[in-house]
Amino acid sequence: MLGYLVGRLLQALTVLLLLSAATYGLLGLMPGDPIDLMSGANPDITPADIARLKALHGLDQPIWSRYLAWVSAALQGDFGYSRLYAQPVLDIVADRLPVTLMLIGVSLVVALAIAFPAAMFAARNPGGLADRAINLVCFAGISVPPFWLALLLIILFAVILGWLPAGGMASTGGEASTLDRLRHLILPVATLTAATVAAYTRHLRAALIEVLSEDYVRTARAKGLSEHRVMTRHALRNALLPVVTLLGLDFGALVSGALITETMFAQLGMGKMIYDAIMGNDYNLALVGLLVAAGATLLGSLLADLAYARLDPRISYRADGGS
Amino acid sequence: MRATLATWVAGGLLAVLAMAAVTAPLAELAMGLDAQAVDLFSRLQPPSPAHPLGTDELGRDLLLRLLYGGQVSLAVGLAAAVVASAIGTGIGLAAGYLGGRVDAVLMRVADGVIALPLLPLLIVLAAVDLTKLGFPPDAAQSELTAIARLVILVSLVGWPVTARLVRAATLSLRRREFVEAARALGFSPLRIALRHVLPNAAAPILVATTLAVGNVVLFESVLSFLGLGIRPPTPSWGNMLTGAQELIWEDPRLAIWPGLLIFLTVVSVNLLGDALRDALDPRALTRR
Repeated sequence: MLGYLVGRLLQALTVLLLLSAATYGLLGLMPGDPIDLMSGANPDITPADIARLKALHGLDQPIWSRYLAWVSAALQGDFGYSRLYAQPVLDIVADRLPVTLMLIGVSLVVALAIAFPAAMFAARNPGGLADRAINLVCFAGISVPPFWLALLLIILFAVILGWLPAGGMASTGGEASTLDRLRHLILPVATLTAATVAAYTRHLRAALIEVLSEDYVRTARAKGLSEHRVMTRHALRNALLPVVTLLGLDFGALVSGALITETMFAQLGMGKMIYDAIMGNDYNLALVGLLVAAGATLLGSLLADLAYARLDPRISYRADGGS
Repeated sequence: MRATLATWVAGGLLAVLAMAAVTAPLAELAMGLDAQAVDLFSRLQPPSPAHPLGTDELGRDLLLRLLYGGQVSLAVGLAAAVVASAIGTGIGLAAGYLGGRVDAVLMRVADGVIALPLLPLLIVLAAVDLTKLGFPPDAAQSELTAIARLVILVSLVGWPVTARLVRAATLSLRRREFVEAARALGFSPLRIALRHVLPNAAAPILVATTLAVGNVVLFESVLSFLGLGIRPPTPSWGNMLTGAQELIWEDPRLAIWPGLLIFLTVVSVNLLGDALRDALDPRALTRR
């Protein structure tokens, strides 16, 4: 188990290292460079100044040596300064991460709270009216462009009804209160939930239907257990297994969804930070943001695999690759 | 094929959308308008006989722009889905047929791509300045390059789904008698994979390609919406929504139509893909 864990963590680190190299190279290919932007804003700048600035920021070095310098600084905990915010990158990430974790966490809970009853309801009578209706709603949920759903929600609840704010984290001028923060969270959470709940429901429904045709479910029914008990005690527990893995794999989609949602609703989280950093040539910030997002995704799938082993005693992760 | 009402509606809708997009120039002629013509005096007009859906923020006819946008969005969707499926098929065949280490490595990569947060990475790739890669500025800015770049990017992340399906099909086909026979006859592995295994894996490939179209249209719309895919003045359903967000208080109508068409396209494609899977997968009958 420990060997497996270490192996997986090493694997994740390798992926992150490769990703950082690839991203570092790509960021260098973005339009313009930070010195051009700085010098464009200052009419008094001379070519000598530009050369000096480039040397100061190491931009006169070839890309691989800049990358190596970045890695060795990063290993010592120095991830550099953000150009956009003029702050250490880690400070900004520390600011933004809780916002995104909150958004993702609440959405995940809401999505699961909807997906479980819906899937159980649908799986009770596959092909029935309820199943077909739920299936159709799921298809809609998978197919709706998340940013358009966000626009529709804004039109309905902010423009037409005026019940909820169209974006932002708190009302300007007013005193910051938890209630106000929650009001600003409703539409983003609804958007992110809608983007994920359909996939969860479909996974869970398929797993439940599969499990419900097993012999032990027939046995449970034959000994006279109520349908509810069969569903919750016998079917659901076993259906959870494949769903846990899929949840782990869907974690990346959740992170991508958070980027759209935060951008649409002006939530100052990691997603919007990454987008702004890429658009604003803030290499250091974009790089770290992307690595945090990728790291979180890898961690998500690792946790899912560990939960899988915990839920199913038949599975053991041994060092000899017995997975 | 167990065609339900939903499948027929989905197929019909797709056919209508595709026809409408293809015949956009005819509609332009019939209406006597120019889809690109900017008329600032008639911006944001409500629907009228001259403009059935009204005009956008630059006074262009909304219906015509939707039709032309559909050309781009649907073409990108179809092209990228086909390219992604072709890559996925090749990788899936190789993994399934060769097995062993090749299989392990390829499937690890596929899992890695599926698990990564794709959107942020796509944004980075889409923002890369092609002139820094040595493309001439004209070519780098052209409309065709933007479309080609989008097709390549989206296929780069779209192939794993097909690869997994094709691999699964190949694994079971590999042990069938006719493949054994071909091997006994001394055919090369490449020939066996292409001539004997591939044709029999056509069903999952078809299903995966259909389902991929939906995903690709979504990715295109998100990237174009964020200003990184198809760039104005070329309309696409995604980039038509970019301006709409700023005008949401003035004229919410602009935000409705392009998104509705994306939604209808993707929902139809997904319903069709699902129906195809049920029709082509014999196991689905027992599962229901």
